[in-house]
Amino acid sequence: MAIASSSNTEQAQYRFSSALINSADPWRIGTVVIALLAILPVFAILWLAFFPTENIWPHLVKTSLPRYLQNTIVLMLGVGTSVFATGVSTAYLVSNYEFPFRRMFEWLLLLPLAFPAYVVAYLYTDLLEFAGPVQQGLRTLFGWQLASDYWFPNVRSMGGAVMLMGLVLYPYVYLLARSSFIEQSPNLSAVSRLSGRSPFKTFMFVSLPIARPAIAIGVALALMETLNDFGTVDFFSVHTLTAGIYDVWLNMGNLGGAAQIASVMLTFVVLLLSLEYVGRRRQRFYQSAGRFSNKQRKQLVGRSKWLAIFVCAAPVSLGFILPFLMLLKYAIQYFEQSWSPEFREYVFNSLYVSTTAAVVCATLAVVVCYGRRLHRSTSMIIAARIASVGYAVPGAVLAVGIVIPLASFDNAMDTFFRARFDISTGLMLTGTTFALIMTYVIRFLAISIGSVESSMSKISESVDMAARTLGYSASRTLGRFQLPLLKSGILTAALIVFVDTMKELPATLLLRPFNFETLSTHVYQFASDEMIEQSALGALCIVISGLLPVILLSKTISQSQSLASRA
Amino acid sequence: MSAPLKVDRISCRYENESAVNHASFDIEPGDLACLLGPSGCGKTTVLRAIAGFQPLIDGAIYLDNQCISSPANIVAPEHRNMGMVFQDHALFPHLNVERNVAAGLFRRSDSDRRRIVGEMLERVGLQNQMHKYPHELSGGQQQRVALARALAPSPELLLMDEPFSNLDGDLRERLGQEVRELLKDIGATCVMVTHDQQDAFTFGDVVGVMREGHIEQWDKPYDLYHEPTSLFVAKFIGDGVFIEGTIASATEVKSELGLLRGDLVTDLPVGTPVDILVRPDDIIHDDHSTQTARIVKRSFRGESYLYTLVLPSGSKVLSLVPSHHSHAIGEDLGIKMEIDHLVVYPRIKP
Repeated sequence: MAIASSSNTEQAQYRFSSALINSADPWRIGTVVIALLAILPVFAILWLAFFPTENIWPHLVKTSLPRYLQNTIVLMLGVGTSVFATGVSTAYLVSNYEFPFRRMFEWLLLLPLAFPAYVVAYLYTDLLEFAGPVQQGLRTLFGWQLASDYWFPNVRSMGGAVMLMGLVLYPYVYLLARSSFIEQSPNLSAVSRLSGRSPFKTFMFVSLPIARPAIAIGVALALMETLNDFGTVDFFSVHTLTAGIYDVWLNMGNLGGAAQIASVMLTFVVLLLSLEYVGRRRQRFYQSAGRFSNKQRKQLVGRSKWLAIFVCAAPVSLGFILPFLMLLKYAIQYFEQSWSPEFREYVFNSLYVSTTAAVVCATLAVVVCYGRRLHRSTSMIIAARIASVGYAVPGAVLAVGIVIPLASFDNAMDTFFRARFDISTGLMLTGTTFALIMTYVIRFLAISIGSVESSMSKISESVDMAARTLGYSASRTLGRFQLPLLKSGILTAALIVFVDTMKELPATLLLRPFNFETLSTHVYQFASDEMIEQSALGALCIVISGLLPVILLSKTISQSQSLASRA
Repeated sequence: MSAPLKVDRISCRYENESAVNHASFDIEPGDLACLLGPSGCGKTTVLRAIAGFQPLIDGAIYLDNQCISSPANIVAPEHRNMGMVFQDHALFPHLNVERNVAAGLFRRSDSDRRRIVGEMLERVGLQNQMHKYPHELSGGQQQRVALARALAPSPELLLMDEPFSNLDGDLRERLGQEVRELLKDIGATCVMVTHDQQDAFTFGDVVGVMREGHIEQWDKPYDLYHEPTSLFVAKFIGDGVFIEGTIASATEVKSELGLLRGDLVTDLPVGTPVDILVRPDDIIHDDHSTQTARIVKRSFRGESYLYTLVLPSGSKVLSLVPSHHSHAIGEDLGIKMEIDHLVVYPRIKP
């Protein structure tokens, strides 16, 4: 090894001393720090759950926990079945058959994603309750007087929650199943048909099994949202684990108990994450290399044509058009009452926290993605995965996990300053928007990492190597050659985080500073007092901002279509 | 510009997989070297290590007699003053040709930069395409821009990773020649990685054949073909088959094709069973020869036929015959041996 003489080595060290790659470079450190921050809430929950100041485990297990658990499991099974059925059937129709309005349905089917489940829940309750227009109409029509004269399903129930959540969450399955169906080689189905299977049997034997990993990912994502939901289950009095966290923390004032429920929810999180992970791993093998652009769609005629239109139109109209029209009507009718100085303050608050979260998320995502790109070691890949674990953790659970360490920090600071300077610093972090924004950032970091990562992966690694050999440092390579190419990916990341933060309810309710209202908490407050009309304007703002990423998605879909038709 | 490179018993790993295993070679200033090998042999990893993108777990790399990589220290790629050309060209898509070529000249003055960019583009014949963007160029033009960009900062060493693999046959050979002449003209030292032996033979002064992470043979192209030092190189380079034989003396081998005599020098004892490498151009077609072999397969190559012949013993040999000698399958072909370079390996008992 010691080929070079010692004088040569010394000279070499002198010449290159400033240029050694430091194993502790800022990108590596940055990524690791971000990963640690993201995993901090989980550790805080586990720590407090197993070493609580006041042990309510026995009490929880004896009383409410079984009910919370049962409700959560029933809700997830119900929503899972519903999103599977709706998502897969619509995706299969639009990707394999030709029928009127098919191209429109392709993107219309995404729209329900813009609605937070709780807004749909408030609207449908308004529509279907005893005093609502539907039951009134039925009474007029049939001459009924009292509620006991007829049977009508109660929307504020477990069944209602399953229906409505299924209605706004199926697009996750639709989106993934659709691209899987489109990417499947038509030759596979042809082989199955030639061997004598009917179209339906071919679907069950070929298309569905190949799409299974993608569908599993979609269902896992929809169920993460289900687990996260607080607005709907609270309004419908379905006592799930999330509702339990509120009850134990806010009503009983027991943070340790909330942490214990949260730790139970983490089990669900792990299960869903594994489901998603298995799906993604399988997907790699199932995805075919080529894109089959000129896929032949079978023309539907007669009754099957109308059936296809109905199957696609139903979720679109129930999940988007109807609630959107109601919202629009109320917002216009009650505009004078709604457009108040307070309302403008809520808008400002929402914009402020959402923009901050979006900018921070996008920045951190660039650090994590670039850090991993620079150091392709196992430890960095793990760090990047940990940094994106937050999306699976329900907002309420994250809130508990963030309050625990921040509160002890606040207390420690307060004690220190009181003792030293006789000043009370109070709730420096937990009482401010800091805790709120930190929660948003941890929860939505995965989305921004995903978006930045996908555009970064399109830049060939040799572009980096070219820049480096031309004399640019790692940081300057990022600034000069990566960022200009990443612009749209970073913007998309920021936009989606912005919108998700606008919609976010569970963590916002738990962590907002005193007297700090955002649009979502404002809508929640009014709607749970059955004053949905007055908060319709706020809900409309949330839904319209929620449309932005959906439009972006549908644009990608139509672009891939026009690319395919050109090819 | 141009410095000697010494790669000294380097080893690299990916995760837990060994990619390069004690690879060593030296390159003199001004030499064009090729690393040739099947995919997965570690050649690109060696190139990445030379550029400073791949840490070493053993060994060292010296440029101009200074250590630039060792397990303890690694000079950052941006401080090595090396140019690199990639298979996918890696042009910056958001910069035009002029600014791409100028990308490595950011420490120079404006006038210097303009002058060098002009010179480089003229050398690669793209002075009229200055304001075009990469996507507006053909594959060959993109490759020239990539080369101009890599050479503009006068690197001490030029690295090329499969630079011609994305190009079509004709253009590929022409550009290979052109690039060789250009680099010879400016006296650059260069390491190129390729899996294509034609590329390697067109381009390289010296070629290193790599196998499973180490250099199997480092030689001139002519010697690699005619005097492969290992069975692997003999099989990897060119066409050829092995026939059985026994050592008859220090310069002769007995085989069913007769007593073969070439420039063989062996210290194997007389009578040792060996495998003899027979290239298609070692067997000459001769209608008057008493020795014949039956044609079992033929493939037309335009200027010649490649015949697969079966000898009386049943072993097969290849023969390259000018294409106006057309013979049908099943015919007996008269053959004559013309082995100048006799290559033998002690037979491994199956």
